[in-house]
Amino acid sequence: MRIAGKGLMQGAKPVTFSFNGRHMMGLEGDTLASALLANGVHLVGRSFKYHRPRGILTAGSEEPNALVTIGSGAQQDPNIRATQQEIFEGLEARSQNCWPSVDYDVQAVNDLAAPFFGAGFYYKTFMWPSAFWEKLYEPIIRKAAGLGALSRQADPDACEKAYAFCDLLVIGAGPAGLMAALVAGRAGADVILAEEDAHMGGRLLSEVEEVDGKPAADWIAQMLEELDNMDNVRLMTRTAVTGAYDQGTYGALERVGHHHSRRAGLPRECFWRIVAKRAVLAAGAIERPVAFANNDRPGIMTAGAVRSYLNRWGVAPGQNVTVFANNDQAHRTARDLVDAGVHVAMVIDSRHDAPDSNLYPVMKGAQVCSSSGRKRVESITVRSVAGEEKIQTDCLAMSGGWNPSLHLTCHLNGRPQWNRDIAGFVPAPGTVPGLTCAGACNGEFSTAGALREGAAAAVEALVELEIKQSEVTLPQAENDLYRVTALWAVPGKGRAWLDFQNDVTVKDVKQAATENFRSVEHMKRYTTQGMATDQGKNSNVAALAVLADATGRGIPETGTTTFRPPFAPVSIAAMGAGAAGQGCKPQRFLTSHRASREMRAEQIEVGLWYRASYFPKTGENTWRQSCDREIGLVRNHVGVCDVSTLGKIDIQGPDAAKLLDFVYTNTFSTLKQGKVCYGLMLREDGFVMDDGTTARLGENHYVMTTTTAAAGQVMAHLEFVRQALRPEWDVQITSVTEQWAQFAVAGPNSRDLLNGLLKEQIDDTSWPFMACGEVEVLGVQGRLFRISFSGELAYEIAIPARYGDALFRALIEQAKALGGGAYGMEALNVLRIEKGFLTHAELNGTVTAFDLGMQGMMSKKKDFIGKAMSTRPGLMDDGREQLVGLKPVGPVKQMTAGAHLFNPDDPVERIYDQGYVTSAGFSPTLGHSVALAFLKNGPDRIGDEVRLVDHMRGIDALCEVVDPVFFDPDGGRSRG
Amino acid sequence: MDDLIAMTPCDGLLPVTIGDVTLTEDLPVAMTSIAPYAGQDEALNAALKDAHGLDFPAINRSTVKADARAIWFGQGIALLQGPAAAIELAKFAALTDQSDGWAVVRLEGKGAADVLARLAPVDLRRQNFKQGHTVRTELAHMMASITRIGPDALQIMVFRSMARTLVHDLKTAMAGVAARG
Repeated sequence: MRIAGKGLMQGAKPVTFSFNGRHMMGLEGDTLASALLANGVHLVGRSFKYHRPRGILTAGSEEPNALVTIGSGAQQDPNIRATQQEIFEGLEARSQNCWPSVDYDVQAVNDLAAPFFGAGFYYKTFMWPSAFWEKLYEPIIRKAAGLGALSRQADPDACEKAYAFCDLLVIGAGPAGLMAALVAGRAGADVILAEEDAHMGGRLLSEVEEVDGKPAADWIAQMLEELDNMDNVRLMTRTAVTGAYDQGTYGALERVGHHHSRRAGLPRECFWRIVAKRAVLAAGAIERPVAFANNDRPGIMTAGAVRSYLNRWGVAPGQNVTVFANNDQAHRTARDLVDAGVHVAMVIDSRHDAPDSNLYPVMKGAQVCSSSGRKRVESITVRSVAGEEKIQTDCLAMSGGWNPSLHLTCHLNGRPQWNRDIAGFVPAPGTVPGLTCAGACNGEFSTAGALREGAAAAVEALVELEIKQSEVTLPQAENDLYRVTALWAVPGKGRAWLDFQNDVTVKDVKQAATENFRSVEHMKRYTTQGMATDQGKNSNVAALAVLADATGRGIPETGTTTFRPPFAPVSIAAMGAGAAGQGCKPQRFLTSHRASREMRAEQIEVGLWYRASYFPKTGENTWRQSCDREIGLVRNHVGVCDVSTLGKIDIQGPDAAKLLDFVYTNTFSTLKQGKVCYGLMLREDGFVMDDGTTARLGENHYVMTTTTAAAGQVMAHLEFVRQALRPEWDVQITSVTEQWAQFAVAGPNSRDLLNGLLKEQIDDTSWPFMACGEVEVLGVQGRLFRISFSGELAYEIAIPARYGDALFRALIEQAKALGGGAYGMEALNVLRIEKGFLTHAELNGTVTAFDLGMQGMMSKKKDFIGKAMSTRPGLMDDGREQLVGLKPVGPVKQMTAGAHLFNPDDPVERIYDQGYVTSAGFSPTLGHSVALAFLKNGPDRIGDEVRLVDHMRGIDALCEVVDPVFFDPDGGRSRG
Repeated sequence: MDDLIAMTPCDGLLPVTIGDVTLTEDLPVAMTSIAPYAGQDEALNAALKDAHGLDFPAINRSTVKADARAIWFGQGIALLQGPAAAIELAKFAALTDQSDGWAVVRLEGKGAADVLARLAPVDLRRQNFKQGHTVRTELAHMMASITRIGPDALQIMVFRSMARTLVHDLKTAMAGVAARG
């Protein structure tokens, strides 16, 4: 019920929203929880295991009960805390974990069977038969127990991630945080003030207090105005700092779009990585419930939450309220309610020395031992020396004291310390380097103390930052003593809840102790206490206190479980922001991409690159038809293919030749200028890393090409050699892969084609096989290399990338005039298999030069990387799997890459494996399939038959072992 | 046959303005990487000064003179943007033409640094990343060079082939910043 004139939202606009299909009104600034309470709705959801009716327990991010699903369809967001979700026009919210409705939930029968469902029930019950667990038990249990569900559709919403840097990160904007930000901000430090609530002010927004002689809300407004005017202070609301990491890095989740209807471009959430030189933790404290029988009924809330709803949102959560407390502070709840005209039936205080009041009745030395009512509390039972009595009430405000929110101080393995005075854990200093705690999270619960500690923490940070601070004047504020006497659980029959979200009771914790799960970490896992999405913020300390009691130990000896990030739930979508779809990897497009698409080329991904796979012509229905035709173009006329993806590395300097001699197995220092040579590169361990051609453009100037796949690896390798192994050499390397667009022009008519475009005509004498040099093509300076990856008379022409598109189009036009055309990766692959040329299908990281039949390329006259290791025993044995060609000889004509080879008479079993196929394709030139393979003793078995078996594709073919060079073995065509 | 027509890396993709931030292609006439040979740092610096009026930039810095800018581009390497590198420099350093290798864009506007904060894990606060400061970093999985070339203007470079991804990612970040209002 909304109380006129009460709360901080005077004059707020009305907002319409819906809950479980029912339209309701709230005010702008309401959370869903405050709006529901204003509408008299207490029953919000059903509990995880027993499907008990549950309401709203708290007013913050620690809420365990009031979890709802927002939105519908693909855009639905499950497990949103109603206490954080701000309402907006058109908001749709639904209860979770109930069917058919939150009012009548079929699975509430679980509650009647509760005696069977205690801690360890699943472990003991569903043991046998073992196969039933996955197939039967688990699916049923998962269906029955749970929180909100995903839509099972792709998420159409985007999240964002971002980085921020600052001198001082202040976590929490209550009195301590505001004061810290103010002191640091005034001194000129670069400050980020992060607050998980939509409004800054912390507990001051919920309490009736004066600061600096004015109402707290006015003081907050004044602070925020000053902070907002500072360029060096960044105010981040709706931002929960979720984790503390190494080197002053903090994770934070900002709710960006949750409080709006959807807006184009606006992300739902932003996950921040904040790097701060210093940090102040001013995260406040969380009030703890008291465990007593049926303490989970809707209408039973924490006392501080009742004050929040009353003082901040102007909503009375009941009309006949009772208070149950073990500390003085909770009495404020009764005071504020009476002041607002709400009837307070009784304040029950477990302490005999509780303060008296003339505003409301106080029962001292008494405890609430049970409640009744079904979907909302109707009465409570109070036990005192006089016996038990029932008190009618529609809202019980309970307080078992406060737990400092010290979670972040434990993220780097810190352990908190027990403080008997506040009956709570406080952070151990120095557990997160650079982070200081201030205010309630440090166990200082008065406003004056929070302001003092906030200012002191900022001063400490400023000293470390070597920033001069101006004088600090602390405002006057409430300075009450926090008096508390520990009360964790009220003894008695019936289930007393500790962990509301995971349905864990006092009895479950005691059961764990009985079964010897005495360590707090074991108890946690056995009972699942603290393992729900709230990570036990409301229950951890009480649960370990109960365990301590059950095991006869003190609380400090029992210790806490480990607080880990995130402090508040972070959606996977936020952590993976930007990585959906293509977001996880950049796309690299060739200069010929546009022209290829115009020619309807199918694209294939090669690493990050997109290359034309084949160019279908009208009437071609399969890729094979296009591929076969393109091969024919190259073998008979001329083909053009974009080969720009190959790595190109510019190498210059007096020691350039030394570098090449060192990284290649063969010699480049003797290569003549204007010539190209094929090279083989080993890793340090003696296995093949990469191959390619390197051209000598000048005395001290080379251009190396690498395979597409290993371009980055080879560049890094050369950098390592240059910087770490041979720093004394005077040689510079730089990648020019992207500078040059490079096209293969291959086929008997390739020279004619080029002569149509080059300024100076070429012939076999001026450009013999493996020649290179500068040319002018259509008015632009380029480079021409006479190299061939197809076995035909072929060239590669390179041109500055800006002309790539134009040159590709010109080459295609010329090729067509000569009976040729474009060819793609499929044709390129078959052409090179026909010639026995290698790619990374063969250079797969496990082969040696010997395996490739290239041991002759390993120079005996010089040292090179991998030389020593390549001579290790076993790396040049005849029995190794070595490169061969295969052609089909049986009725099955298909061969596939990945298939394994066996002797025809052997069983097809792993131990009889003779090798494997690396590349395969159909050669229209030869009229049969061709394949490259690694076969034990391969070169000695030319002419033998082997059996090819591909279990995955169901292929079983008899093949003949042949030389890996199928076509034009003496190379006459390319030498032309 | 006609002469070849040149195409820029961001052809057809830019310019674009979202909110108060504008993204334009800002390709210099020429770009040359300059990597001094052993012991030639001082001689190169003098030659660079003579030819282009520029000092060889220190780590994470750039130097500017008229239309010429030299930006630190990695270990022992600078990138000269603007004029073609004077041939005399080749005596002291390896010169490599990179005019076509990189997409170069200019992100300008009050929120430019906020946009980049969504893509690159580096501190671009004005007091730490002043005009002329430069950094080689990762930008949405691409290796990038970022230089502050004006109070609210940042030059961003990635490999030419990645221009489309760069523009896409920048536009998404720009929309996210703009939509917050």
